Parts: sequence; structure tokens; C-alpha cells
Amino acid sequence: MSRQMLLEVAAVERLTPLVTRFRFEHPQKKALPIFSGGAHVVVEMPDGDLLRRNSYSLISDPNDPSGYEIAVRREDVGRGGSRYMHTRVAVGDRMRVSVPANLFALDIRARKHVLIAGGIGITPFLAQLHQIDFLQQPFELRYAARTREEAAGLALLPKSGRIHVHISSEGNRMDLGEILTGQPLGTHVYVCGPTGLIAAVTDAAARHGWPKSVIHSEAFTSPPPGMPFAVMLAKSGRRIEVGAHQSLLEALEAANVELDWSCRGGACGRCETGVISCKGQIEHNDHWLSRDERAGQKKIMPCMSRFTGDELVLDL
Amino acid sequence: MTLQFNDETFRGDYSYYNTDRAIRRFPFPFDRDDYMYSVNIEPHPGGPEGSVFEHRFDVDEHYVSEMRDRAITLDEDPLRCQSLPHMELAGWDLLEIIMVSKSEDYPDLFALHRDGNRWHWINRPLGIEQRFTFLDPTTLPCGPMEYITRQTQGDFALLDEREGNLWMDAGMVTSQADWSLDFDVGMNFFEWHAPVPKAKRLGVFDRALKFLLAMRQGQEYRRLNWTMTVNPRLDTSPENYHKWGPEKRTVTPENVGRKQHLRVELQTFWRLPRSNAIAFPIRCYLACLEDICTQPKWGRRLHRVLRDIDPALAEYKGFAVNQKVIVDYLAQFDDGAPTSAGIFPDR
Ligand code: FES
Repeated sequence: MSRQMLLEVAAVERLTPLVTRFRFEHPQKKALPIFSGGAHVVVEMPDGDLLRRNSYSLISDPNDPSGYEIAVRREDVGRGGSRYMHTRVAVGDRMRVSVPANLFALDIRARKHVLIAGGIGITPFLAQLHQIDFLQQPFELRYAARTREEAAGLALLPKSGRIHVHISSEGNRMDLGEILTGQPLGTHVYVCGPTGLIAAVTDAAARHGWPKSVIHSEAFTSPPPGMPFAVMLAKSGRRIEVGAHQSLLEALEAANVELDWSCRGGACGRCETGVISCKGQIEHNDHWLSRDERAGQKKIMPCMSRFTGDELVLDL
Repeated sequence: MTLQFNDETFRGDYSYYNTDRAIRRFPFPFDRDDYMYSVNIEPHPGGPEGSVFEHRFDVDEHYVSEMRDRAITLDEDPLRCQSLPHMELAGWDLLEIIMVSKSEDYPDLFALHRDGNRWHWINRPLGIEQRFTFLDPTTLPCGPMEYITRQTQGDFALLDEREGNLWMDAGMVTSQADWSLDFDVGMNFFEWHAPVPKAKRLGVFDRALKFLLAMRQGQEYRRLNWTMTVNPRLDTSPENYHKWGPEKRTVTPENVGRKQHLRVELQTFWRLPRSNAIAFPIRCYLACLEDICTQPKWGRRLHRVLRDIDPALAEYKGFAVNQKVIVDYLAQFDDGAPTSAGIFPDR
């Protein structure tokens, strides 16, 4: 669980047909906690009987306590959180927003930061750029999108010779090999965007002999929808139904089952739950469990994972 | 109530003492009659008014003398304070949290005036007044972590988070229970915990690390830890073992009540906002057995805990050689009555 603040929506601005920027401020204009670049907040959306909670990276200046800003891309096939933000949220609304947490911090030991963003993955870097600027460290940012319309971050990026935009429809695709060669020793690489981009960067870095510890990634995905399924809880003997557009964590919360969480995006490990019996297949969509742990089917991350099969009994 | 500060020493003639008030608010660490490791973490601050848990950084009657003792230790060995270059931002974070907390919690002792990055800090007990520019180290007499921790009771470790682990990359450590910053600096969470018996097997550290990594700013936590020390000595570092180790042999049935001290660490955990590092303040409280036994509940319980403790833990906690003398002494305070739950003394 995390500490929350009741904040007011102070601005809503459409950046592109798909991406909207929201600004939150304290209703009495009190200072909000400052944060570090790459941090996210969890925004609560009371949608009928459903309480949605989505994580969004903060894009505003980490040192500015006057407000928090996020950029939300509308996902029409998603579970509805981003649609809620786009269609139901207006200036003056009050929303519950968590205190910031950071799972994608800069390693400030770095000699240079190379930031690689794909699409809406630009968001954590917007705050990191402020922090890098503040620390006066060398950097280079690579921002890739399919079309200029999709590159919502363009409006939010400062002008700088160290920021390179790669629009594939205009024929200047990003060349990872070229980016990775010739960087000074001690460079750290950060990548955020679609899983394909993260895999491509991780693979390219491995091929170029980069140590794993200098490659940082954040795939801030929301739980994917899927087929409805049911789980059994060993301790209470209850049976919980999980809807198609609900995560297991949300279904447990709706049933008043207490569970710890922090990121709700499969990255922090906080919601890890033991599996007592599994007849079927867990679809692990998290970034927390190791390959072996996934194969073992003895653990599940309720914020992200789904299940298909006959029986899943959880240690709850 | 304005605080009176004791004039006392933590070495040489050991004139350290606790007033009655200090005894009653001593953080007695045992909430039951036996002891085993646990991740006994709870939110901080809060807790009964007047207790050591009430404020974010507890300031008590030992403040001025403890800071004097820290200065002596640092004079003899400057390596007790270290900060790897990337931890300077975390040092500013720590300075801010301590100055803001103390000026709000003890307005009669500390004041902080801020005008943008131009700050003005007043520490009345130590007679310090400092104007400086926040985030500009050239405006302070030393680095931000050293500056503020020379004015704050307890040891401090600053932990950098990376690769899913925590690294002890900065610290001010002059009142430690037999560990060394110079040895541990740069180590990760598992490396610096390696000497603790049994805990690894119990999986305590995996859970503790996971907990810490998920910790957010504005969510402070605390736990108590304890050990035993002969004489009220703050600096029980491995570097100085030759000074305090032999003192263990000076305990007799006649002097054990005054010489043997229960050493309690109030450990707190803070997520720092700018650096995303974790601050780990470790505040040390000392009370001799005689003082502890003025609270009937504590005397009774301490007897049972130390009598029945796992021998490996008696060894690790540093009192195996004196265990018999200690337990014999404490036996006179154990009337066999049941003890009440929780750590606070009975009213
Ligand atoms: S809540 Fe973070 S992994 Fe599930």
C-alpha cells in the first residue's frame, strides 16, 4: 500500500490525438513532495464499482513542488484506465494520487547517461532530463516513434543538440549499434518503451559487450486484459472470479482480500504471492520473477498475471 | 518542557548516566519473554508522547555529550565518516530531512529559515549558527552529510539503490556495535549482513531487502535491535577493540548491575526524495542493568530473555562470557509473575 494525497486536476492538455497531459496540484496549493527522475505515482480512478489504480511516470521537474504532471496515452483495447483518464477527468476534479516511488532511477555514478525512449516511453525521461540538467552530467537522448503524430513527447522536450528524434515513417530509424559504439567507459543506458525496444537494446548491449549492470529498463505496462478466470484462496477457502478487464490484484481487492502492492506494474515485487497448486498455465506478465520461478509456477504476481486452466490455489 | 543536557563522558571515567525520565522512556526492546530474529518493522514516527518514537529524530538529555564524543572519535579516525562521490545528493537529502524535522519537532532548540536555496540554520544546544546555500557544498565547512550528522545523535548509513540491491556508499559511524564503516563501505545489503548467525537461513534478509526496496518517500519505518556492552561506551568499533574488548573481563557479581549495559538501537528507514537513496539512522541508547531493573516488568523479562537465549546469539550479541553473572544478577528481580505484553513499562 502507499501513502496517498487528494489532489486537484489543475490542467488537462491534449498533446496529440492519443496523448493527454494532466497536471495535479494540492487543493490548498501546498507543496508536494519532491522526487527523483524516473519516479511514478499511482492514480486512483473510481469507475463505478471498480476502483482502478494505474501507475504513471511523473514528467514534471522533480524539484518543483508546485504540481505533478503525467502524460497518458489512450489505449482503446486496454482495460479502461487510460480511457477513463481521457474521457472522464476534467479540470477541478479531485483524485487520489500516491506519493512518488522510483523503480527507474538514474545511476548518478555514470560518466554519461544514454536515454532511449520509444513512443510513450519518453515519460520517465522528461523528469530525468531535469535531474541530469541539475546535476550537470553528460547525456544523450534518443527518441523513437513511428510517426511525428505519435511522438507526443516532442512538445515537451527542450531544444538540445543532445536530443535526437528518430521518426521511422520519415526514414531515420534508430541504429542501436551506432548509438552503443563509441560511448565513453562508464556510460549507463536507460530504455523505456515497448518490450520489443527494450529487448533490442538489451540484446544489442550484450552483443557489444556491455555489462548488464549499466543497462536499465522500465517497461511500464498495465495489466493486459484476457479471458476471465477464477482462483481459490487456501487460507479462507474462498473462490475469487477475475473478470476479463480486471487484474487478479483488483479482483482480490474488490473481495476485500488484503494484499501488499506498490507499483501495480509487475516491477517492484511487493505483491508476490505463493501458489499452492496450479493445474494449468500462469501467464506471468511481470518483470519480477526469474525465468526459473516462472517455469516453477510456485509464485504469481497478482498485479499483472493471469491464468488459464482448471485450478489455481493461492497461499492467501 | 525544555531539555536539560547531561554533562557526561562515554569513555575514560564513564560519567554517563540516565535520569529517571530517561530510564522510563528507554526503548526496552523485548515485547515478550523470549527473543528470536524477526523483521519487526513498524511505521515511524508516532507512539506514546514522550517516548523515543514520538519524533522523527529523538533528541534527549545525552545530545550535547554524544556530539562531543563523536567529535573525539572523528579526530582520532576521520575514516568513520565516508561518502562516495555519487552520494553527495543523498547527503543533501539527509541534511534537509533532519533540519526540517528537528526545527519542526523542537522549535525551542533548532530553527531553520529558508529563502529559496538560501538557508539559515540555528542549533541552540551546540551554539551553531550557519547560513549556507542548499546544494552548494562550498558554503558549508564540510560535506552535507558530515555537517548534519555531527549535529545528530546516532549513526547514519546512506544506501544507494541499484541492481535490485542496496549499497552502503556513505555513512557516519562512531557509535556502532562492533562493525566498521571503513570495512563495509561499498558493500551490498547481503555482504554487510553476512556475519549475522541464523538470520540468513530464516530468509529474514531477503524479506527485509524486498521491503526496503519497495519503500516510498514519506513512509518512514523503524525497528529495534539490541546488544550488550560493558561500560557506557559509544565507540565499540572493531578498530578500537583493544580498548573495550578487555573491559568485558572486568565484570564481577558486585559491579555487574552498574557496568553491564543493554545497548538498544532504534533503527529507522527513510526513502530520500532527490537521490532515491535510503537513509538508515541507527540511534543508540544505553542503560545499565540496575537502571533497567527499576522497572519491575523489564527486570523480570530481561532475566527470562537472557537466561533462555540461543547460545549462538549470546555469542554474537557479545555477552556470552558474562552471561552467568548477568543472569544470576537479574534473577533477584524475577518473582515469577507474568509480564504484560508490549515493551513499555507498567504504569
Ligand atoms: S505490485 Fe509491484 S510487482 Fe505487483
